[in-house]
Amino acid sequence: MALKTTEVEAKGGQSRHRSLGLSDEQALRIYEVMRLARAVDERMWLINRQGRAPFVISCQGQEGAQVGTAAALRPGSDWVAPYYRDAGVVLWFGMTARDQMLSFFARREDPNSGGRQMPGHFGSRRLHIVTGGSPVATQLLHAAGVALASKQRKEDAVTAAFFGEGAASQGDTHEAMNFAGIHKLAVVFVCENNGYAISVPQSHQMAIQNVADRAAGYGFPGVVVDGNDVLACYEVARQAVDRARRGEGPTLIEAKTYRFTAHSSDDDDKRYRQAEEVAIWRQKDPIQRYAIYLREAGILQDPVEAEITERVNQQVDDATDYAEQAPDPTPDDLTTFVFKQEHKP
Amino acid sequence: MAVKTVIEAIRDGMDEEMARDESVFLIGEDVGNRGGVFLASDGLYKKYGELRVIDSPLAESCIVGVAIGAAVNGMRPIAEIQFADFIAPAMNQIIEEAARFSYRTAGDFNLPMVIRAPWGGGVHGALYHSQSIEAMFAHVPGLKVVAPGTPADAKGLLKAAIRDPDPVLYLEHKRTYRLVKGEVPEGDGVVPIGKADVKREGTDLSLIAYGLMLTYCLEVAEKLAADGISAEVLDLRTIRPIDRAAIIATARKTGKVLVVHEDTPFAGVAAEVMAIIMENAFDALDAPVMRLTGPDVPAMPFNHVLEEAFMPNPEKILAKARELAAV
Repeated sequence: MALKTTEVEAKGGQSRHRSLGLSDEQALRIYEVMRLARAVDERMWLINRQGRAPFVISCQGQEGAQVGTAAALRPGSDWVAPYYRDAGVVLWFGMTARDQMLSFFARREDPNSGGRQMPGHFGSRRLHIVTGGSPVATQLLHAAGVALASKQRKEDAVTAAFFGEGAASQGDTHEAMNFAGIHKLAVVFVCENNGYAISVPQSHQMAIQNVADRAAGYGFPGVVVDGNDVLACYEVARQAVDRARRGEGPTLIEAKTYRFTAHSSDDDDKRYRQAEEVAIWRQKDPIQRYAIYLREAGILQDPVEAEITERVNQQVDDATDYAEQAPDPTPDDLTTFVFKQEHKP
Repeated sequence: MAVKTVIEAIRDGMDEEMARDESVFLIGEDVGNRGGVFLASDGLYKKYGELRVIDSPLAESCIVGVAIGAAVNGMRPIAEIQFADFIAPAMNQIIEEAARFSYRTAGDFNLPMVIRAPWGGGVHGALYHSQSIEAMFAHVPGLKVVAPGTPADAKGLLKAAIRDPDPVLYLEHKRTYRLVKGEVPEGDGVVPIGKADVKREGTDLSLIAYGLMLTYCLEVAEKLAADGISAEVLDLRTIRPIDRAAIIATARKTGKVLVVHEDTPFAGVAAEVMAIIMENAFDALDAPVMRLTGPDVPAMPFNHVLEEAFMPNPEKILAKARELAAV
């Protein structure tokens, strides 16, 4: 099955990204962050399978939904509450390949957790990335609270909460959307629907086709978007973020997507997914689709692509070498920071 | 110094902190226009408006989860759980999230937030309006748990909790709200978290308690004095971080200790206090450490005979203290 060519022109004859207000540089930047998220992830699997690190959890296949929506936000002043697949979101918000690899190897210098949490449990106060744990959907309420504080102080920051459709079954999801709707909070809820809660397919998680349909019950719009079309994700997120910033309240975006890997390095997805299904979705790879678009739009010529590839590879190599050699925490680190006691340098 | 009830002291504490610091706000069920079901926030909605005294939906995980997010973004929320009995839906947010924001980020995040929860029995509240929850939460590293028993401590510990950089579970005993009156110092009168208080000096035995049981133990000490028994009463005030030094000091001083709480005994606060004494003051003991607690049943029944049978009261404490004194 051939990869589908992305529509290059929007209505009015302009190229799609420009009609969305994205410059060529911004369009390429989105592509590069997607590539970096994928490349770091692929390297982690390689290292995991070599037995050099115990665990990996993946973003692969969901980079379009992640970077496309995050790109509509303002890193630095806006906030994100990501979930464990959101490498694309946190890279867009300023994390680096080194940060990710330090977390992957659980080193002392890991800025997310000092090597305490599993990989994928992102957090940085400085970058406005709310720390996440492993219980799902709790971060949606945190996002509502962050947005409440912005409203209380009359600031125009927007907070985006990211979650899988699995987390949509949790009570916290309902409580967060209900509260955000009541107070018209500047929250964008982004559901990355990859069709499975580990092995449980959507048909056994809910009796409806679209998580976005639930938004009506909370008094705000719900939008379904092709999660593997990064510009489409950007477009709906742009509208949701603008609406939130105007004080008109939340939006629920449901990005239909797919994870290319097993749930984690400890999962075997062959037990519950057909190889044919995975192959079909790989043909819809958001990175390849976007690359075709950028080439057809005339801004991703071979030398540009080569430069991006080189930068990405260089960052992944550097991050791997740096993090693998970085020191572990010491046993003395076990008991620090139970409470606020020390300031991070 | 003015004489206040516990509920007045709590209201004054919130009011003064909200006036002092614009980042302090209250969120909970019925806290707004109604002023709280116990009137703890009476008048605050009119004074501070709906963005600082927020009537939440009937959803405890929402109350705590939203408070966590607000604390991340520079606020100092007071999250009110209407009855401690209804805190269970928020346990995931409290234990898995709030208690470990600092630890799981190696100190990058901290959560200056207070969770207020009216607790305790003796109010005809039955299974779901009478519970003691302190042991469940005191077990969790990363949480501070306080349980004041007097108006001055209620106000002073509330102020300390609001100003604390970490999550504090603030337990206010419902029976003490209007029963216990006392002088409250003018001004801040902050009571530090983690410091127990000798409420009555004595030499023959020690009664260790908190919350409503403090009032009962003080009554008992008075009666014991009439028998010629000098009882010291140590008010823990903070359950965690527990004041080990104060516990060890009173055990060493009297050599006989009775720990009293209405919570059930198994793996409870008394068990921890007894372990601290055994590990640190065994050589000073003149008798085995005793405890008087609620019974090991799921919760307090509604019927008054059953409720009285559940609750420790001055008579039961007096009998146990005399037993200890006679050893």
